[in-house]
Formats: sequence, structure tokens, C-alpha cells
Amino acid sequence: MFAFELATPVTRALAWSVDTAAIIVANIIFGQIAKLAAAMSADLANAMSVAGFFVISVVYAIVLEWRWRGQTIGKRLFGLRVMDIHGLRLQFPQIALRNLLRVVDMLPFFYLVGGVTAIFSRNAQRLGDMAANTIVTRERKADIPDIERIAPAKYNSLLSQPHLAARLRGLVTPEGAALAVRAITLRDSYDPPARVVLFRELAAYFRRLVEFPEESTENLTDEQYVRCVLRVIYGVR
Amino acid sequence: MIVDIPRFVAAERPYWDELRALLDRMDSEPETRLALPQIQRLHYLYERCSAGLARLDTFSTDPALRGQLETLVSRAYSEIHETREPKKIRWKAILFGFPRAFRRHLGAFRLSVGITLLGCAFGWFAIRMDPHSKAVLMPFQGLLNSPAERVHQEETASKDRLSGAKASFSAQLMTHNIQVTVVTLAMGMTFGVGTLILLFYNGVILGAVAADYIAAGFGTFLTGWLLPHGSVEIPAILLGGQGGFILAGALIGWGGRSTRPERLRAIAPDLFAIVAGAAVMLVWAGMVEAFISQYHKPVIPYGLKIAFGVCELVALSAYLGWAGRE
Repeated sequence: MFAFELATPVTRALAWSVDTAAIIVANIIFGQIAKLAAAMSADLANAMSVAGFFVISVVYAIVLEWRWRGQTIGKRLFGLRVMDIHGLRLQFPQIALRNLLRVVDMLPFFYLVGGVTAIFSRNAQRLGDMAANTIVTRERKADIPDIERIAPAKYNSLLSQPHLAARLRGLVTPEGAALAVRAITLRDSYDPPARVVLFRELAAYFRRLVEFPEESTENLTDEQYVRCVLRVIYGVR
Repeated sequence: MIVDIPRFVAAERPYWDELRALLDRMDSEPETRLALPQIQRLHYLYERCSAGLARLDTFSTDPALRGQLETLVSRAYSEIHETREPKKIRWKAILFGFPRAFRRHLGAFRLSVGITLLGCAFGWFAIRMDPHSKAVLMPFQGLLNSPAERVHQEETASKDRLSGAKASFSAQLMTHNIQVTVVTLAMGMTFGVGTLILLFYNGVILGAVAADYIAAGFGTFLTGWLLPHGSVEIPAILLGGQGGFILAGALIGWGGRSTRPERLRAIAPDLFAIVAGAAVMLVWAGMVEAFISQYHKPVIPYGLKIAFGVCELVALSAYLGWAGRE
């Protein structure tokens, strides 16, 4: 009944770089705390630094994914979440295993093994994910745009063909709709010739999805056509 | 069929928002146990949102809105349909879970021991047949010196060479050995080939060192040096190998009818118990190696060190063999 949107390796790499930065910051803070222990014993301070660095590096993702139900700082920032492949709640051994197996995914450098595996895997899983039966999904948070404000219209001729309007709503992708919203929102910042080309291409894209009869599109410029399409997509009359 | 989508969305949105708020609360406060009325409300909201999603699916609608609702329903699904009990930290389960997991996969442990012994035999014969191969087989500079020279240095040392550095040396040993163990386990993902190579290589080093010292007549020194920490450290690495072979077995899946994800799901708790148990063992081994193993006669008599190592080995065997038996 529902489907997950899988996170791409690129988004995961970006989230990982944020997590790496977080680990470095945590280690710097811990290093400063360890320095305080040097007042008692330099050996103890050194030991704390060595062990602390290791523990933070290993435990960071395990603890956060456990506490935040599949999210770390980087994953939260990019709207990603680790999930059980069957949509069930994550179990602690799954989280521990997928993170411990990073050592193989990181080989030989910069997650090459994990990245290549994720690209070729059906569920975009790295080796750790395969072993732990987990997937990384992208959480979809729809910011419903204020269509009345960005694309006002007194009459939408496309709605006179309700069966075609319904088909258009079904065929358009979230990316296509988001692109059209962005183009309309930023229209005043484009050079006029560039604007004409942009809306011509967007209108052509939507026309390829569903072709409305001529009487519904008569006298509509490309930009007006895109505005009407947006009102159809977001169900505004 | 929904005729008026904006009206439907406006009517349903409060329920979607309520479900999202409830799920967010459960995310941020994982220990919170919902009261019965809250559980019933969660179930109602889940059913209502699922029905809404099904109705939206029957009528073409904004894909972003459908995606948002799918995310919400999937989150609620994982809360409602999870039948596995959430893992809680119970000391008894931790204490007995590790030896039970070890015993459930004795075949993999035997294989791990067998590969290491094969490596030992190879290292032993390589050194005995060609003493010059020492430079290739020994990974550390300290092992390249002649055993007689090393034993003389250790037994006549007038000052503690680890003075003021024991704790940091111990921490380095712990982290290094835990890394080796985790890598040995993780290499199981190469269908066990990586695990096999690592175990064999460890065995080669062990066999080569043993051959070098025993041939020079320093068997007692060697036993006193290695046994206090090695009686825990070597089994821990063998446990990493056991984990690697369990993983490889689940990937290959000879003979069974279950699917690969089912097999991997079944072994995950045991793998975690084994690697966690091995990590604790290596913390102990790191302390023993820094604080006991590096001190020789006359500071600590060899007999005492060997007896200590034997006691550890017996205690470990008893724990892994009998703890948690029903």
C-alpha cells in the first residue's frame, strides 16, 4: 500500500560527511576534556584520547540511530532514515551490525566498496545494510506551495477536461511539479529570453505527459499553461 | 471516489498532523510507554490515514502529497506491526547471550580454530625450514631480533620501559585488537574469503614466533609472555573469525530453504552478541598485556604468569561452554 523512497548514494555520502564532521568535533571536545586529566597523569590523558577517539568513532552512529530511530545528525539534516527492509521497527543488533560492517564498505578508500554495492543493489544497500536487512530511505515532507499566491487565475480551462486533469495529476512526478513551482516563484529573476525558453520547455514536458484538446489550451502562453498545470496538480480550482 | 480533493485534504489534514505529532513524540521519547487510550488512538489514526492513502491512490492526486502520506503511514506501520519485543538491557541476557550465541555456532568456531592452526603450522615450518623468512613473516620490528638477545634484555632490564605509558599502551592494544576482530568478522561479507585469509595470516605469525623462540630454547619465556593476555586475546580473534564464517554461511546458505534476508535476519542477534563479547574480552586482554605480560623474571616469575594465563583460559572455557545452559 505504501512505498519507500530510497536515499541515493550521493545524499548518503553528504549525510556521512556531516556525520564525519560531527565525529571530529566530538573528538576535539573529548580531547580537551582528556587534557584536563593530564594534570593527574599524562599517561591517563593519552589513554583517554586513544580510547575516546575509537569509542566515539564506533559508537556515534550506533547510539544515534538507536536513540533517534534510524537517524544521525547528518541523516536528520538530509531527511534520511535507516529502516528495516520490511518496514518494521529497527532492532539494536541490526543497527550495530550495519555500523560495524562499515569497515568493509569503507574499503579501499572513501566507501568505494559500499558505494559501488549501493549503486548496483536493487534496494540501494551497502554491504552493512544487506547483512543487517536495512535500507536507507528519504523522508518525504511535502511543503504544499501556496498556489493561489504564486499562480493566481480566474479560470482554469484545463479543468474543463476532468478525466485528462486526473491523468495529468497521476503522471506528473514530484520533481517535475517542484521544478514548475520553482520556475513560477523565481520568474521575475530570469532574463526575459531565458524565461521564455524555460517555460516553453516546461510546457512541452507537461504536454508530453497529457495532451489536452485545443479548445482547452487555446490562447494560453507557455507560462500560463504551466500555471494552469500547477493548479491542476495541487487541486486548486 | 473523492470528488473534491482540496476538501478531502482539508478535512483529513488534522488527523495526519495528529499522527505525525504522536510518532514524533515516540521518536524523541523512546522509553515512553503509551497508555491504552493512546495506543487505541494511534491505531485509529493509522487506519484512518491508511484509508486516506488508499482513497488518494484511487484518484489521481498531487504525488508529493501522496508521498508525504506514504511516509507517515509507513512510520505508523512499523510501530503497529512490530511483533518483536524491543531489546532492553538485561544483565542476565547480556551475560548469557554471548556464550549461548557462541555454542549455537560451534562449527564456525571450529573452522576458525582449524584455519588458524593451519596458519600456525605453515609459520612454524617456514621458520624451521628457512630462518631467513623471519624478515618477511614477522610484522613487528621487535620480533626480528634474536630470541636470546630479547630475553636477555627483558630479564636484565634495570628500569621499567613502559613507565608512564602503561595506560596509553593498553588503550592502543585494546583499540587495535578490537579493530582486527571487527574486520575479521566483517570480512565474512566476502563469502568468508577475507576472514579465512586474516585468520590464516594471524596463525602464520603466531606459528613463526613460537618456532623461533622454542627452537632457541626459550619456550618458557614465550609461554610466560604470551599466555597471560593471549589466553583471552587469541580466542577473541577466533570469535571474530567465527562471526565471519557465520556471516559467510548465511550469505551462501547451503541446504536451507530460507531466503538470504531471512538467514541474515536470523543470525544478526548472535553476531552482535559474539562481537560484543569479544570486544569486552579484548579490553581485559589489553590491560593484562600492558600491566602483566610485559614484565618478566625476576619482576614476575614465569610460573606465576603461566598459572595466571591457564586460570584465565579455564575460566573462559567454562564460561563459554557452560554459562546459560538450560
